[in-house]
Amino acid sequence: MMAGLRVDAGLCIGCGRCVRACGSGGIEVEGRLARPTEGCVLCGSCVDACPAGAISIERGDAAGTADLSSYRGIFVFAQVDGDGRLAAVALELTGRARELADARGCGVTALLAEGAGAGADNAGRLIAAGADEVVRCDDARMALPDAEVTARWVESVARERRPEAILIGATAFGRQLAPMVSVRLETGLTADCTALDIDPGTGLLRQTRPAFGGNLMATIVCPAHRPQMATVRPGIFREPDPDPARTGRVTDVPLDASIVPRVRVLSVDASGPGASIADAERLVVVGRGIGSKKNVPLMRRLARALGAELGCTRPLVEAGWLEYPHQVGQTGVSVSPRVLVSIGVSGAIQHLAGIGGAETVIAVNEDPSAPIFGVADYKVVADAIDFATELERALGERRG
Amino acid sequence: MADGTLHIAVCVKAVPGSTDVRMDPETNTIVRDGGAAVVNPFDASALELALGIADARAASGVPTRVSVVSMGIPSTASLLRDCIARGATDALLLTDRAFAGADTLATTRALALGLARLGRVDLVLCGKMAVDGDTAQIGPELAGALDLPCAVDVRGLVACSEGALRARVGIDGGTAVVELPLPAVATVAKEAARLRMPSISGVLAAEGAEVEVLDASGAGADPARIGLAGSPTQVVRSFVPEQRSSAREIGGTAREQAAAVADIVERMA
Repeated sequence: MMAGLRVDAGLCIGCGRCVRACGSGGIEVEGRLARPTEGCVLCGSCVDACPAGAISIERGDAAGTADLSSYRGIFVFAQVDGDGRLAAVALELTGRARELADARGCGVTALLAEGAGAGADNAGRLIAAGADEVVRCDDARMALPDAEVTARWVESVARERRPEAILIGATAFGRQLAPMVSVRLETGLTADCTALDIDPGTGLLRQTRPAFGGNLMATIVCPAHRPQMATVRPGIFREPDPDPARTGRVTDVPLDASIVPRVRVLSVDASGPGASIADAERLVVVGRGIGSKKNVPLMRRLARALGAELGCTRPLVEAGWLEYPHQVGQTGVSVSPRVLVSIGVSGAIQHLAGIGGAETVIAVNEDPSAPIFGVADYKVVADAIDFATELERALGERRG
Repeated sequence: MADGTLHIAVCVKAVPGSTDVRMDPETNTIVRDGGAAVVNPFDASALELALGIADARAASGVPTRVSVVSMGIPSTASLLRDCIARGATDALLLTDRAFAGADTLATTRALALGLARLGRVDLVLCGKMAVDGDTAQIGPELAGALDLPCAVDVRGLVACSEGALRARVGIDGGTAVVELPLPAVATVAKEAARLRMPSISGVLAAEGAEVEVLDASGAGADPARIGLAGSPTQVVRSFVPEQRSSAREIGGTAREQAAAVADIVERMA
């Protein structure tokens, strides 16, 4: 049977809620009966919206991966940054994979693609964080930032070892790497997850992510294909405390000799504020509530007085008040400061996805119902400029 | 191309004019006030990048063909015609109920069929991501499916010739200048370019322009590999995020609030 939207005429009450829930004019009500139009994209909004349970989606028959049960274990791609050190998200994901694997009763394998000559004991750190095995490749062809070569290696290891899931940090590199791997393996990939759970019996991974600019969350599964693949936002899961007593094995798997990098990197400029914001211990993040571009210098001074870096939300970048490398959130930098002072930020979930790693959030907004307060430790209902002016003054007085 | 024409294909997606989603408090269901569909803003930047390349080449007397290709509902044709008004050469729309419900893998397969229909393509441009889905996966998946090199998150073009694309791209912690041999795929950041307005001659050209429409069988698609049936991933639940509030409120005048915050920050030093 072909996939499509089905309306049960016996159940439909013609209320029209499906029509309002549809984003593409894909359903209409005629004669008290809903029916899909040529605009239907099978997004499923109307299914959720129907109070009578009259709408369903017929999936049709499609071939999935053969022999699902032969896929076992969770892979974590361990990103190594330009300086040869593991990205924090690699350890965060290894820790989370350990928890999922314990629930499932399977192993955790970290894939460590080092651009050759990495000095630190990256494999040992991954084992201490929860990996049972580290599959490693030291090869100059793995140099950042072209993900294609690394994708070919991950693909070949996955074909050989058949993991049931592969988790990859949603860094710039990871979000390039993951789709290059998933398309080669012809499996599903969920981008930028903010929550992951596993069914202990089936190993089905429940992957939750923001969509529609963060206004909507969706939980996604990949039931009939393996491996299940997800990129996961940095800073969402806690980096595990290393357990030096853990043991694991390290296996070297070389990159196929025939693979030649096609992208040439002519120069790298790593001097943007992006890196310093990502690593900042203290951060001031400003949003539309600061009113206008002329208030940006006040916010810069305030950040300096606090010994903090300055970040901002996406609308400020789009308005040209600050540059893109300052942008904090799902499409910008992900941060994990000890203290984050958020000023005039309403708190779209996309922005919130980027500050999940902050230890303490102090939020200042004049709207007491702003979503940012939902993730704040301290709530300050105040005008952004009044507050910033007073805080700058208070800090100045204390310093004498 | 043999005649020296550079052929650029720009993949575009129709998205809701607004990504606002709210909850109907009575029925606890999602209401989308999307408004009229628009070309995904990232794709609009990709189109402008292509048109900019065409302009530069035209100035030195070499031809460029800029095709736009989309998978979408039939009304998407009007958006593609608008792309022609702004300077695209031709347009192809993949539309069929069988394409509906596609995740990124099934979308990639459909777009790859559309690109094959266009003949030899030197450069495939996509927006870095779509504002409704936010996955940023189509470009790299297309590159993988077509086995082409890929530049992701192009912030600015350095040069494009028949042989190679040179661009500044975003990477973790900064930017890099990369060079790719053509044919290649590139995904474009919104900041890279702002799409021009239609010209009068462009609008006239668009009126007469034929948007080629291709259904699934015309595209040669295997029904099991496209649309909902060909999508490994399934959305099992959509919900508007709830707010938990455990924040401690700091009251008083702005001065008192500032003093309290200064105390908190100091304690954490």
